[in-house]
Amino acid sequence: MDAPLINIKDISFEYEQTKALENISLKVEEGDFLAILGPNGSGKSTLLKIMLGLIKPTQGSIELFGVDAKNFKHREWVGYVSQKSNSFNSGFPATVEEVVAGGLAKKSGLFHRLPKDYKALVHQALVAVGMESFSGRSVSELSGGQQQRIFIARALVAKPKVLILDEPTVGIDHQNVQSFYNMLASLNRDQNITLVLVTHDVDTVTDKITHVACLNQTIHFHGFKDQLHTMSDAQREAWYGHSVRKIHHIGGVHSHD
Amino acid sequence: MIDAIFTYEFLQNAFAAGIIIGVIAPLLGVFIVVRRLSLIADALSHVTLAGIAGSLYLSQSVAAFAMLNPLFLGIAASVGGSILIERLRSLYKHYEELAIPIILSAGIGFGAIFISLAQGFSNDLFGYLFGSVSAVSREDLFIVLGIAVVVLLFIFLFFKELFVLSFDDEYAKASGLPAKWIHFLFMIVTALVIAGSMRIVGILLVSSLMTIPVAAAMRISKSFKQTIWLSILFGEFSVISGLITAFYFNLAPGGTIVVTSILLLLIVIGYKKVSVSMKKGAVA
Repeated sequence: MDAPLINIKDISFEYEQTKALENISLKVEEGDFLAILGPNGSGKSTLLKIMLGLIKPTQGSIELFGVDAKNFKHREWVGYVSQKSNSFNSGFPATVEEVVAGGLAKKSGLFHRLPKDYKALVHQALVAVGMESFSGRSVSELSGGQQQRIFIARALVAKPKVLILDEPTVGIDHQNVQSFYNMLASLNRDQNITLVLVTHDVDTVTDKITHVACLNQTIHFHGFKDQLHTMSDAQREAWYGHSVRKIHHIGGVHSHD
Repeated sequence: MIDAIFTYEFLQNAFAAGIIIGVIAPLLGVFIVVRRLSLIADALSHVTLAGIAGSLYLSQSVAAFAMLNPLFLGIAASVGGSILIERLRSLYKHYEELAIPIILSAGIGFGAIFISLAQGFSNDLFGYLFGSVSAVSREDLFIVLGIAVVVLLFIFLFFKELFVLSFDDEYAKASGLPAKWIHFLFMIVTALVIAGSMRIVGILLVSSLMTIPVAAAMRISKSFKQTIWLSILFGEFSVISGLITAFYFNLAPGGTIVVTSILLLLIVIGYKKVSVSMKKGAVA
């Protein structure tokens, strides 16, 4: 049997003596579209950063593609799209093509130039996110939604097997959120890219995802989204603290902060 | 002017060093500006001052230092300062910018002590503070040439990694690039360029050659590579015309180079404003 793409084994993480994550175990299999849901401060982004190797857990271990994360060499198999507001240097004088080509830096290797066909690879990635006509535009001139598509193209250009997204719709206007998730669903369905997503857009995302993980320092539920209704009221209360109601037609939950 | 360059070695040295610095300072400056590290260049230049002043002071009392080009101690202080800045930035993770005023003040503090301890090098010191056309020796030129080789090699080898790191450092780390090491090397190379440039532009004005041409280029460039080429073009124009003006009017070249680059920046800002309003007019 193939190893899970991501296998988190009994992870805990403390930050300045405050427990952020406790005994987390989670497997992400090929083809999953997993949404990690939880209230603010529940450790969602921390868990993603641990998956990406940006921070080290205080306990436990992670395997990526069956290999201990410390020894994992193929970082280009794991794409990452961060919260726009947290990361990218706005006003940066670069074209869309230059930014997306940056996604090939790791794959090309140190001391090597970009591959000769990099422009074709960039074009393919831009086609996948519906932004091929923006290649020569300055990235800082684009809207928030367009920029996030560009960052997904940057992750896609190295042909990752898993794409990890940290609240990618922050800063995107409400009308474009739906089409953004449609694009993610199509990447998962048509290109078999496994997706791990942290989001607060529970309403919009539930009909696109295959799996859910409910996190609040620890995992309160992990499984197919259709099984989410099997969570007891007590489990829901423990997960979200308050005001979580069932929505029967999707078997999911709707949260109110 | 051309005759004078062929006649006087000091002019050959000054122009050759200036032309080299006109390439490497804006080239590295593009990465400094987009990474919002402009003030680090200022901090390092002041640390270089401490090294230079220390060397000039020691040359009066220790025989070995009398033979040593003060640039070497300036380079050592600048590189040491860049390492200290990084240590302080990791120590104050939530207040990384604190490292800059700490190192800048330390540089000025040590510089002031060495200057007041040693009397009688005011002419030398003026040249180091504001640059000098006549003070660039053949040895200085070779040092600048060596630094240029290091800078060009560094940029050539790590261009794509530097680009990714500058645009989005979290993404660079997440994608497995050795971001920490590349940043460390970047700081060392920055320290070298600052120390190497100050013979021409002067310690107090060296950061301007790394930032003003870039500021002008960013107003009109459409891509990152274009920003680099335009920055070098503006840098070269400022250095060459600044050196010629300094030679004819017997002025400190640091001042003339910086004033030229400021004028260039104003012209570019004006050009951009006019072209934008003309485009708006055409649309309306």
